[in-house]
Amino acid sequence: MRHQISAFFASRWGTVFVGLVIGVLAAWLVVLGNPPNMGVCVACFERDLAGAIGLHRADVVQYLRPEIPAFVLGSLAAALLFGEFRVRAGSAPIARFFLGAFAAIGALVFLGCPWRAILRLAGGDLNALIGFAGLAFGIGIGALFLKNGFTLGRAREALKPVGWIMPGLMIGLLILAFVQPAFIFASVKGPGSLHAPILISLGAGLLIGFLAQRSRFCTMGSIRDALLIRDFHLLYGVVAMLVAAFAVNLAVGKFNPGFAAQPIAHSNTLWNFLGMVLSGLAFALAGGCPGRQLILSGEGDTDSGVFVLGMIVGAGFAHNWLLAAVPDKLAEGVLTVGGPGFNGQIAVGIGLAFCLILGFAMRERFE
Amino acid sequence: MKTIDTTGLSCPEPVVRTRAALQNLAAGEVLQVLVDTVTARENVLRTARSLNYDAVAADQGSSMTVTITKK
Repeated sequence: MRHQISAFFASRWGTVFVGLVIGVLAAWLVVLGNPPNMGVCVACFERDLAGAIGLHRADVVQYLRPEIPAFVLGSLAAALLFGEFRVRAGSAPIARFFLGAFAAIGALVFLGCPWRAILRLAGGDLNALIGFAGLAFGIGIGALFLKNGFTLGRAREALKPVGWIMPGLMIGLLILAFVQPAFIFASVKGPGSLHAPILISLGAGLLIGFLAQRSRFCTMGSIRDALLIRDFHLLYGVVAMLVAAFAVNLAVGKFNPGFAAQPIAHSNTLWNFLGMVLSGLAFALAGGCPGRQLILSGEGDTDSGVFVLGMIVGAGFAHNWLLAAVPDKLAEGVLTVGGPGFNGQIAVGIGLAFCLILGFAMRERFE
Repeated sequence: MKTIDTTGLSCPEPVVRTRAALQNLAAGEVLQVLVDTVTARENVLRTARSLNYDAVAADQGSSMTVTITKK
């Protein structure tokens, strides 16, 4: 039975099925209260989480989103059930930490991770097309590095307890999300104040984590494999997610096509593109999109856990140092185009330089 | 028979190294790829089969091997 289930999820239809489920759940979470076009967004939710635990004080984006721990714990459950919980460590963790931090900064300059780029497009936000172009460009650079021997080095099998640190942290965060002690911040206005009921977020997150672990769902991987090895397996899942979210949005009247003043988005083309170039390149060098990194950290990959921690810290800095973009504003018929300020632009430049240096420097010859 | 060790490498490095090794394989020759995650095993198998090679996987405890033969 387990073998048949595994074979299904490894097949094209399995990937499509998981994409459809994630797309439907994500659009449905918006109907139930999550921010517009943000049913699931790993970068945004890690930013909200960073705010909730006090790593930044932007009071409109603080909420301990249960979806983040749920993705990890859903993946843990799947990995344990199917005998795939394998603890590994030691593949350049510090490089992965900074790749995570810069990936978060890039995503917050665009205002979303690849999952949200799909959901923004499914909601009619055409700026997401620019984001996708940037993402593909960044991943394309990463694919060239990989083709020329880029590696962060080998991970080794590690002792079991190490693999439980990330799931343990996530259980702790979930407890804080339910108990809401006074030291946990929660927005009363802005995107951080918008959320689905906590048990529904938890359930949807667990299901997504479980299914994504089985099907290896990865948005970055889908583009990388198509560019690098002409393998479209993962891309079917991503397209399925887009189609499913689009269908639900159409059905519930949440499809509003256009560029200007889209929800929690800006229409600054250059920085939508460059933000995602940085993210795409950082994801490609680290071997997974932010969702995939959470899933991997649930199945014992501690290096992915370090990337996740880097993203949370990077998201904290993104708001403390005013690196994140501000959305478009439409007041009395006058549109003010958003985007990153000077600090954010410099941070993207530093992030790109970091990734390029790493890409050229970390190489190993192979036959 | 040639052997490449891709254990501990992040996705997609096992596939990239397998493809590079396959380019130098003569007809009837066998390439053995060592992997250490189910994901890498699936990816290497799928890649080899999509390139029209014979490929089978065998697990022995925590070590996994994909054996690829050029037709």
